[in-house]
Amino acid sequence: MSGKDAYISINNVSKRFGPVVAVDGINITISGGEFFSLLGSSGCGKTTLLRVLAGFEAPTSGEVYIDDMAMSEVPPHLRPTNMVFQNYAIFPHLNVRGNIAYGLRKDKLAKAELLRRVDEALEMVKLPGFGDRRSNQLSGGQRQRVALARALIKRPKVLLLDEPLGALDKKLREEMQIELRALQQTVGITFIFVTHDQEEALTLSDRIAVMSEGRVLQVASPKELYNRPVSVEVADFIGQMNFTDATVIDVQNGRAALDTASLGRVQVPVNGDFASKGAQVVVAIRPEMLSLSRERGPQGENAVQGVVKTAAYLGDRSHFYVSVDGSDKPFAVAAREAPTSLTQSLDAGTPVWLTWPDEAPIVLPRP
Amino acid sequence: MKGVSYIRRPNRPLHVYALLYLAFLYIPVLFLPLFSFNDSLYISFPLRGFTTKWYASMINNEPMLAALLNSVKVGATTAVLATILGIFGAKAVTRYRLPGRKPVVFVIMLPLVIPGIILGVALLILMSRMGVTLSLYTVTLGHILISVPFAMATMIPRFEGFDKSMEEASADLGENAIWTFWRVTLPIMFPGVLASLLLCFTISFDEFIMAFFLAGTDPTLPIFIYSQLRFPQKLPGVLALGACILVISFLVVFFSQWLRHRGTAGTARVGI
Repeated sequence: MSGKDAYISINNVSKRFGPVVAVDGINITISGGEFFSLLGSSGCGKTTLLRVLAGFEAPTSGEVYIDDMAMSEVPPHLRPTNMVFQNYAIFPHLNVRGNIAYGLRKDKLAKAELLRRVDEALEMVKLPGFGDRRSNQLSGGQRQRVALARALIKRPKVLLLDEPLGALDKKLREEMQIELRALQQTVGITFIFVTHDQEEALTLSDRIAVMSEGRVLQVASPKELYNRPVSVEVADFIGQMNFTDATVIDVQNGRAALDTASLGRVQVPVNGDFASKGAQVVVAIRPEMLSLSRERGPQGENAVQGVVKTAAYLGDRSHFYVSVDGSDKPFAVAAREAPTSLTQSLDAGTPVWLTWPDEAPIVLPRP
Repeated sequence: MKGVSYIRRPNRPLHVYALLYLAFLYIPVLFLPLFSFNDSLYISFPLRGFTTKWYASMINNEPMLAALLNSVKVGATTAVLATILGIFGAKAVTRYRLPGRKPVVFVIMLPLVIPGIILGVALLILMSRMGVTLSLYTVTLGHILISVPFAMATMIPRFEGFDKSMEEASADLGENAIWTFWRVTLPIMFPGVLASLLLCFTISFDEFIMAFFLAGTDPTLPIFIYSQLRFPQKLPGVLALGACILVISFLVVFFSQWLRHRGTAGTARVGI
């Protein structure tokens, strides 16, 4: 996978802190100009991996290549990376201009050129005229922009972002997501973005590496991650998912039949490799792929009977939890349209039929 | 007691105790300036009359001024060196994964609790064994030994209070360790450095026991004052000098505490 266009190549990198394995043999290849996210819950090693890329942690084993250069002997101050820290790390003794110009000392620019570059950077992060502000006169969002400008003015090959939006309130975070994505497309720099927020990762990224316990579970585009997760863990982490245990009964003619614990006999189309007959697997199905009806539909439709347990109307959509025989957890069903007379009438205790299209079930290996 | 919390409610015995305590601490000290303006050789009531002649005589007292200069030299050198050692020591124990961090800190802090007379005698023996002539240098050495713990104690909270990611950000932006220290660590630490300088100077300036053992022919001010106590007619002059030192010490300590407080408040205000 070490193709010529691979800008960053993480080769079998591990990092141990004493007995704790923070990063466990990770291989990732990231191409130039990509917006790449490391996604995982806290303690999964995503921040450690980012710090290995920045040079703050030396990998216990493995090697990082940036632009075909091995990085293990390169100290942080000589790497072609810049970082936006989780707490922004704005220097408190310098004003905004001093912070942004901090990394330009060695460039020995004339004063006028320096000021022009700083103003340009301030313009880029939409803070024109903020140069004289002291760091304690900035709001969280403004600090974040200053940190971004301070890193980008160095024109790095790679920008590393450590949960930069985590400290912002929801509305500001959504604004900054859009701006960050636009900024990345303008400057064309490779962004590596660490987050625990799957929605954020799905919104921003070209590709996402889902991490857990120091390992990468899957690297894929947001769409692929959502529609074709490779494991129960990924499927559970990205969005909401219903699971039921299943056994493969038969595989032939491009279709497979499975016996499931709670959805009865399920038919799925098969392309490529598939578990062999008799294999113990898990069938997963997204809440929005399920629909509800009072009556059983035409013969041959995928359907199973259940009872509405709870119903929640969220304005533009409705959520239901439906108990089905053979499953201790009720099935989540999301009706994405405005409430209809049908969904309005489905109170707790109502018997219903769950139906789904053929392509909805995803077959995953049993963990 | 409505609207008054348990802690806030008036407590008369406590007030009386606090007043007595403060009086016990400071009234004896106030006798110094009081008698330094008294027109009499003898320190006794009733006061005779107001005079500033003891202050005037101070200015022409050559040996005393020499001793004062010695103390300032020793104090300044001690302050600078102990503070530098304190900065590096504090950085080492707060920033690096140091094997045996706790024992190291314990050993550095030990001079705080070892009696000065023990340290003084020990250093005296060491110096004479090594054939080092006693001088202001040996005094300075002893003073550095006892000042470093104070310098460390001033610096460690400041290092702990400021975020390691500041230094990482500097490295990330292309500065090596030395430039990072110069452009980020030191400016952020500056109030602590200043406080440490003042504190170490004060400690050295009024230290007696170690200086007594380690000084050669050049006395420091406390030794000079002690030697003057044998001559009753010199006593009012010493009182005048004592009063001056009292005022200056008070200002210096007040200033350093104010700086330290301001430094901490400043970090908090940044709110990281």
